Amino acid sequence: MPDPRTAILGRLRAAGDSGPLPALDTAVLERRQWPAAERVARLRKGMEAVHTEFLDATPATWPAVVRAFCDREGLKNLLFGPACQDGAALAAAWAPGGTRLMPYDRPVEAFKQELFGEVDAGFTSTVGGVAETGGLLLMPGPAEPRLMSLVPPIHIALLRASTIQDSFWSAVKALGWGRALPPNALMISGPSKTADIEQTLAYGVHGPKRLIVVLVDDLA
Amino acid sequence: MHAETEVHFRDAAAKALLDPQLRANFRRAMDGLITKRKAQFPDPRDLQDLRDLSTAIRSRSLLNLPELLEQFEANCTKNGIKVHWAETCEQANELILGIMQAKGAKTLVKGKSMVSEEMHLNAFLESKGIEALESDLGEYIIQLDGETPSHIIMPAIHKNKDQIARQFSQKIKDAKYTEDVDELTAMARKVLRQKFLDADAGLSGVNFAVAETGTLCLVENEGNGRMSTHVPPLHIAVMGLEKVVARLEDVAPLYAILTRSATGQAVSTYFNMITGPRGAGEKDGPQEVHLVILDNGRSRIYADPQLRATLRCIRCGACMNHCPVYTRVGGHAYEAVYPGPIGKILTPQMEGVGVRHDLIHGSSLCGACGEVCPVEIPIPEILVRLRREATHEDLGSTVAGKGTGRTATEDWAWRLWAGVTKRPVLYRIATWFATRFGKALPAGAPLIKNWTQSRTKPVPARRSLSERMRAEGGPHA
Ligand code: SF4
Repeated sequence: MPDPRTAILGRLRAAGDSGPLPALDTAVLERRQWPAAERVARLRKGMEAVHTEFLDATPATWPAVVRAFCDREGLKNLLFGPACQDGAALAAAWAPGGTRLMPYDRPVEAFKQELFGEVDAGFTSTVGGVAETGGLLLMPGPAEPRLMSLVPPIHIALLRASTIQDSFWSAVKALGWGRALPPNALMISGPSKTADIEQTLAYGVHGPKRLIVVLVDDLA
Repeated sequence: MHAETEVHFRDAAAKALLDPQLRANFRRAMDGLITKRKAQFPDPRDLQDLRDLSTAIRSRSLLNLPELLEQFEANCTKNGIKVHWAETCEQANELILGIMQAKGAKTLVKGKSMVSEEMHLNAFLESKGIEALESDLGEYIIQLDGETPSHIIMPAIHKNKDQIARQFSQKIKDAKYTEDVDELTAMARKVLRQKFLDADAGLSGVNFAVAETGTLCLVENEGNGRMSTHVPPLHIAVMGLEKVVARLEDVAPLYAILTRSATGQAVSTYFNMITGPRGAGEKDGPQEVHLVILDNGRSRIYADPQLRATLRCIRCGACMNHCPVYTRVGGHAYEAVYPGPIGKILTPQMEGVGVRHDLIHGSSLCGACGEVCPVEIPIPEILVRLRREATHEDLGSTVAGKGTGRTATEDWAWRLWAGVTKRPVLYRIATWFATRFGKALPAGAPLIKNWTQSRTKPVPARRSLSERMRAEGGPHA
């Protein structure tokens, strides 16, 4: 008896004659292109439609905008990645008092209970956005662990307008994701939601209840 | 055997039709989904272009399937994902049990996975003393009641809010009765959060498997898929062998048409790409990722050029939402893992066309399923093909159980028909009787009873065509 792998691949090969490969006409994807300002507007509209909240900022003001939000909401703490460039910039600008900055600098095993029970919000950077449907592109890794954007009830994400791509398709190409991907990458379009009870939308079923995008206008 | 199973769908459907609550729940849900999908495709040219592209991508993937699977496996292995192959559901279950036992894992939280339903994984693991908990809200709701999903995208669609409210207040510890959807959702969040935190292992399905990067793509709205795959130290993914595509950029149009067709969303909340376990320096993510690739009859379906189209399916559920039969009887009447139009062609091909003979007849062949299918699977044509396979053994096809769906009544009826039409004298006598006395046949007579239940009884003409021709002096009189 051959092992399952050999047997299965053998049967698929035996089914053989493949015939010509149908052509791929990507015109429908190429049609989706907009000028930079419109990309921002589209992303915003798409994400606001699924309850994402936006805060406007500039390259100089965004740390203060994040801080003001945390204070306004009375957050106890904000989880961030100290080794990430944006995380470090946030920490450098953070005045003492009020919301406490909490570094994600240990393996999750060391603070799982705290992460699930005590953290009010998580702050992450993004590597881009998607105009067509509205979405943020994230590449978690050593500097910004995966659970920062998932476990805390509020996720604050920093998005630079210049990094917004036309579509997911063009983003995959622009970021070179087809050539190499880190262990985890993702697109997020809004707070966690479900419609499993009578088709009624409810937010925050397992992941964040709120998604706050700090939109940095760096187009000029 | 077939005669016995044939009444299954008929009986279950008849019962479902008498349940006004069930019918109302489905009607409302399906109408909503149809409207939302339509709103997502305002431009018919765009829709058709996107369908054509998606169909071409899936067809190309299938044409290169063995090569893509090998490339995918090699890249997964390079990324640190351990790949396993299973011929049958039993093998896949044993593999998962083995992976869990090797890590001493006793509890499993599950993201939504139709393949694991196919495997009846939960029941299997429970028989081995392992708790398998569904974490998708819809799946969690039906698991509390010991039910199976009635829709592949919205598993608890057959229940309304009051039913869920009652169930939660009875089955969740310290829960109070409420019909508020936000409060109900919050209750489930509380229970499941603790489970994510405590679970030894997490299980997920795979929406798309990317060969060029060795990536598992997961589409979801709730975040339970991310919780199940990132929080526990062990992640096990299961997929049917047809899920692989060549490149990540191929996934973009498939994803776009999947969410729009399924729930009328332009995009899901999360599109998660998993390319490996916790990497060097990473502070979270699973220590180990395993992938089980399941055949379960798929390679047999693959062998037939026409039936192979079945494997293009991206499990969007649009065919169910638009099926007039499904909308009226609901998903449970099919008594199959995959209900609705795709289930009608997939289940008999997996389990044998004789065993699930009932399903291929539960269709009006109206064509709605083929019309909405984003990857243009000719479901009605395949149904007709399977109906023929069910009663004919003589075809050189690979369909399991072909020819076993022939019933004695059918055989007898066709033989009688052939015998009469081949003998002019007999034929004339038969038509003479039918035209003179057909009208007197009671509506409840066997064979016509099913028809007359909801339709007027057909009345034969008073004279046969040849009698009239003779009387009117036609050329062939
Ligand atoms: S057969 Fe087509 S419409 Fe039905 S679930 Fe599959 S892809 Fe969707």
